[in-house]
Amino acid sequence: MADSNYLPVPFAAVDAEESQVRTAYEHPWAVRFCHWLNAVSLFVMAGSGLQIFRAFPSFGPKIPQHNLLNVPKSLALGGWLGGALQWHMTFAWIYVATGIFYLAYQIFSGSYRQSLFVPRDLAGVWPMVRYYFFFGRKPAQTGVYNPLQKMAYTSAILLGLLSILTGIVLYNPVQFSILAMLMGGFHWARVWHFCVLCALLLFVLGHLIMVILHGWNNFTSMLTGWKRNPEYLP
Amino acid sequence: MPDSANSAKSKTMNRRELLKLSPMLFVGAFAIPKTREPLLRGGVAFTDWASAKWFRRNHLAPTFADSELTPLNQFYVNTYDLDDPGVDLEKWRLTVSGDVKWPGEYTLAQIQSLPKQAQNTRHICVEGWDVIGRFGGTRISDFLEQVGANPEAKFLYVECADDYYESLDMASALHPQSLLCYEMYDQPLTREHGAPLRLRVPTKIGYKQAKYLTSLRVTDVVPKLGYWEDQGYPAYYGL
Repeated sequence: MADSNYLPVPFAAVDAEESQVRTAYEHPWAVRFCHWLNAVSLFVMAGSGLQIFRAFPSFGPKIPQHNLLNVPKSLALGGWLGGALQWHMTFAWIYVATGIFYLAYQIFSGSYRQSLFVPRDLAGVWPMVRYYFFFGRKPAQTGVYNPLQKMAYTSAILLGLLSILTGIVLYNPVQFSILAMLMGGFHWARVWHFCVLCALLLFVLGHLIMVILHGWNNFTSMLTGWKRNPEYLP
Repeated sequence: MPDSANSAKSKTMNRRELLKLSPMLFVGAFAIPKTREPLLRGGVAFTDWASAKWFRRNHLAPTFADSELTPLNQFYVNTYDLDDPGVDLEKWRLTVSGDVKWPGEYTLAQIQSLPKQAQNTRHICVEGWDVIGRFGGTRISDFLEQVGANPEAKFLYVECADDYYESLDMASALHPQSLLCYEMYDQPLTREHGAPLRLRVPTKIGYKQAKYLTSLRVTDVVPKLGYWEDQGYPAYYGL
């Protein structure tokens, strides 16, 4: 396990056929399904959430009301507060169910080893940052994901969890009063919920940029599971 | 194996893997108005159901010190059509009907003769803002006992002088902090806050705190859910 050349083989099973084209099965069905379903629900949750925010675009008092930012109608989903609540409350369950199914799959299949950021990945983060942002030398790719990638994916999962917890407190601050207290009360939970949205949107932005930079072959692997000639294969 | 054969095999495999994602297409139902409406209604109903499920009868809403109160002049007033429906406070009566032993008209003095509870609790509007207010009144549970209401009934249904109306599930109505509120900040309710009587249910969202009450019915079947609920807002919306 501690071997630096460790390849998560069950999840990057090399096509046994001898040929020039080498393919690796990177993303099992459950992961791909959760990825795309989550992409849809995240989009709906963000859009309807912004419409809900438009009803009171502030984190201060109601009197006097100081609007923090006016979210353009074009970014909002649901048309009006009531409509946005319907979308938000419906997709929240899809979002939660996808999250539970994904985590259960990752844990029971062991596939989490491919994407979970662990302490031994720490050393590899800075070289990747240097490569991406400061023209550093490209570190050797030893697994499906590099350490920086693992860090991003693991953070996204934690952000997802936080978005659900802060959302539950916003919806039922009385029944979940202990959780609300931990977040600093209803008022602060609303602030955290919004911060988590911003962080998730930043993740999505970075993710999309990387997907575009890595091209079609990388993109289709999230559709079919297979990646042709991945660089970590010998 | 020749490369072309390999590529054909890989194409079939890719197509098969792609098809495995087809269950995703169910989200397309949200793009079609005919299927979207019932799906969203179902989503809200399920959320309400969950909220009712984790409601605990004796779990109290957090209360606050007097120093944490939002000053009364910063307590936002949300009305849906008029600031003051012009209730004649002298002639005002609460009409009680439905599944009760003693239906009829009750005066404010009769309601106030029951023990008074004062509470500093958070009022949360569905729009997202919140205030901490001081509310005083008669416990709904005490009043329902007084009029001999059937506690097995499912709902309270109230109507208001400004034509607003609301329904409240019995479990929430019987909660120890649910009030027929006639005082705010130790003063009789002002006109804009719903004089002479309003609901104060700190386990519910703002729009369920109906003002200017004129009638109260104990019933298993509500004619309508509530003014905002009938326009698509969640009917239960517990906090």
